[in-house]
Amino acid sequence: MTQLKIYDFMGIRKYAVVLSVLLLGLSVWSLSSQGLVLGLDFSGGTQIEVGYEQPADVSELREKLEDAGFENPVVVHFGSDTDVLIRLQGEPDEKIAEQIVQVLQSEGQSIDLRRVDFVGPQIGEELREDGGLGMLTALVVVMFYVAIRFQLKFSIGAVLALTHDVIITLGIFSLARLEFDLTVLAAVLAVVGYSLNDTIVVSDRIRENFRKIRKASPVEVINESLSQTLWRTINTSVTTMLVLLALFFIGGELIHNFAIALMIGVGIGTYSSIYVAATVMLALNVDREDLIEAVEGELVDDLP
Amino acid sequence: MLNKFPLWKNLLILCVVSFGFIYSAPNFYPADAAVQISGQSGSMVIDESVLAKVESALNEANIEHFSGEADGESALVRITDKKLQLRAKDVIQAEMGGDYIVALNLAPTTPEWLSSLGGTPMKLGLDLSGGVHFLLEVDLDSAVIVRLEGDLQDIKASLREERVRYRSFDLKGTQIVGQFRDIEQVTKAKSIIRTNYRDLQIQSIPGQNPLSMVLNLSDVASSLLEDNALKQNLTSLRNRVNELGVSEPLVSRQGKNRIVVELPGIQDTAEAKRIIGKTANLEFRLESQGKGGERFAFRNPRGQGPDAMLEKKAVITGENVTDARASFDENGRPQVNITLDSKGGWQMGHATRDNIGRRLGVLFIEYKTKLEKSVDEYGEMVIAPVAFVEKHIISLATVQAQLGKQFRITGLDGQRESSELALLLRAGALAAPMYIVEERTIGPSLGADNIEMGIKSVTFGMAFVLLFMVVIYRAFGLAANVALVMNLLLLVAFMSLLGATLTLPGIAGIVLTVGMAVDANVLIFSRIREERKSGATVQSAISAGYDRAFVSILDANITTLIVALILFIIGSGPVQGFAVTLSIGILTSMFTSIVMTRGLVNAVVGGRKIEKLWI
Repeated sequence: MTQLKIYDFMGIRKYAVVLSVLLLGLSVWSLSSQGLVLGLDFSGGTQIEVGYEQPADVSELREKLEDAGFENPVVVHFGSDTDVLIRLQGEPDEKIAEQIVQVLQSEGQSIDLRRVDFVGPQIGEELREDGGLGMLTALVVVMFYVAIRFQLKFSIGAVLALTHDVIITLGIFSLARLEFDLTVLAAVLAVVGYSLNDTIVVSDRIRENFRKIRKASPVEVINESLSQTLWRTINTSVTTMLVLLALFFIGGELIHNFAIALMIGVGIGTYSSIYVAATVMLALNVDREDLIEAVEGELVDDLP
Repeated sequence: MLNKFPLWKNLLILCVVSFGFIYSAPNFYPADAAVQISGQSGSMVIDESVLAKVESALNEANIEHFSGEADGESALVRITDKKLQLRAKDVIQAEMGGDYIVALNLAPTTPEWLSSLGGTPMKLGLDLSGGVHFLLEVDLDSAVIVRLEGDLQDIKASLREERVRYRSFDLKGTQIVGQFRDIEQVTKAKSIIRTNYRDLQIQSIPGQNPLSMVLNLSDVASSLLEDNALKQNLTSLRNRVNELGVSEPLVSRQGKNRIVVELPGIQDTAEAKRIIGKTANLEFRLESQGKGGERFAFRNPRGQGPDAMLEKKAVITGENVTDARASFDENGRPQVNITLDSKGGWQMGHATRDNIGRRLGVLFIEYKTKLEKSVDEYGEMVIAPVAFVEKHIISLATVQAQLGKQFRITGLDGQRESSELALLLRAGALAAPMYIVEERTIGPSLGADNIEMGIKSVTFGMAFVLLFMVVIYRAFGLAANVALVMNLLLLVAFMSLLGATLTLPGIAGIVLTVGMAVDANVLIFSRIREERKSGATVQSAISAGYDRAFVSILDANITTLIVALILFIIGSGPVQGFAVTLSIGILTSMFTSIVMTRGLVNAVVGGRKIEKLWI
């Protein structure tokens, strides 16, 4: 039986810190300077999706709508060049969709009204507040759970890793000017769940090894734990990525950004569960002593 | 050592597997396109004779149909060709006339033995079935104002009766403000109001002018009023929605002052919006004589001039209307025949008895919103909806005789207007105006596309993962794959049984569950490999792998469950759908990936002495 290869993950943790700080800095800069491109769910307004039989010329349609008196209509292709999405910030008149269809239909092409969304500004504002609140609640509850199940230093490590993942995922959405809507919010919360999953599994192994391996430095224990869980981390990321790729390519335009957010999140989450959580724990001087109390209090853990 | 499951565990697995198969099965029978016929009022009997009429109309139009059924309350006919469903509806509506509600429907084809076990297919969310979703906000302040307006008139009258002199009594916002000339009158007025108007609170503000009096509605009274207003609006909306002929509409309260309306499968969205979105009321007011009164414009300024003065006080409002039907008068002009309730009839009779020869106006009140830009206290530009009311006179006619419970409105613009007005009157007045704050319309073609793409991505995602697991974990990968497929069946079974609604984000949740459900098996198998590497025997490696991985799996899944729960609490419609599938998926996957794979592994290799593990 060959012995498991131990990788020196923590040896390069200084570079990881630099990388994370860079990514975080860039994300925070982008989020504070240009913010997120808020989707209709959060910004409010009216959005209409129409399907043409032939490929549609977007700029021509825009001119047509402007001529018809609509102010600053945003007209883009949606998914394919026969699908067009029209966004208006104007008054949520109940007739607006009918009017637009009339304007577009005057060309003589037959069009299919696929979707009309109107979200009032107060709803958008409420959703923004609820979304932020939900994110914070999730982080606080998770911190408590991990602090109880493990130990405070683990909990700080896990929550910092989660915050790291969320900020960078949002930052990439802001940098790439991708639209942030309700489904993306759900994806970011799912990223929290996923990344947490990873971090917990790694932390669990670190805890176990601290108790088992008596004569080793914390860095050695963490390196061994990370090496032991490495294949599991990679395999789970791969299976999740596989289904996300299926969603991205086949799932349709409405969950495109959902899939993107999750793919970014799963990537960052895998990285953070190896580097961020463990580095934070080391920075907090995690040691065997931290877990001795826990060992006595949690004998239950060793039973199936 | 050997790995064996006790009999009860194997039986448990067997039970869960059969549960999964039975309750997910109804989803694999595609629904039939159907048309449902019911009556405008509950007293109408929809029996075999109605069904026969419907079927012969369909035969005449060459629309193939089958297994028609009628149960006295409604009839259902299934249409062979889905594309003809819409035409079938029109054909039936034309044949049956306006007294019947004809609605498009999707009839489940669940076999009888399955339905007798309680099996039903999953409900499809609006983003999959197509339809309209509205979120309406009820303006409760204006219900309070209407109430206070009434109180104000009554107070003035009773003060006059008791000979209490006041300088003025007015409504300011949601408060009634009175001004007096001397303290004695104030005291008298206060005692009258305290005894006769218990719902009103007299405010005492320190340093307030002793000669003025501020009244507002007590908290108890106003919350009761608001509650009633919302309930009445709900009822009115339900009535209106029923008029639209939708097979499974949803009208429900959300929070303190909002109402959700969901109309699945609606094809003519413009019509739905016109009826739901229109928030209107009627007031019958006498034309004012000389001084006092309000000036209103005509809705159709033809012949009668641009505007007219009406009295401030309404004789009756739309609330008193019990029935309204559009018809034509002797000259073929459109009219609406109105029936009032007894209170309304009495008030109408009382008001018109002494006023024959005067003109009675019908005031049509519409509540609308527009977006207005303004600058807030921080100097930022904000766009906020501003509610406004439009009041127009739709008819002003001379009272020819004392009016009673039944009379008619003439002078309407056309048949469309008369039938719309009749519908709005019949569906009931709103106790407080409502504004649309969110609206989503999903066309039927998009819904069908979403289902197709959803099924495709589940299939492909699943296939990738199945392949990956076999490549990496070989025989054990197969066990994990059986568990994964079973997990999907169980997820569908639970969602069907709980009556959960499947939405597009819900499908995304299923796909994600597929990807993440194997995590538990990856953990277990990696652990078994490790144990083998460190020299454990086959059987003890299996046992230790499952046992040691269990704690990690439990912790990881509980934390994910916490996140899903939070998602459910803060999220609205589609996000909740995602949270529900994710939560159920976590629970079912714990069972399938731990208990079920262990059962499989035990059955195949657990009872034998083997040297090599194919993992």
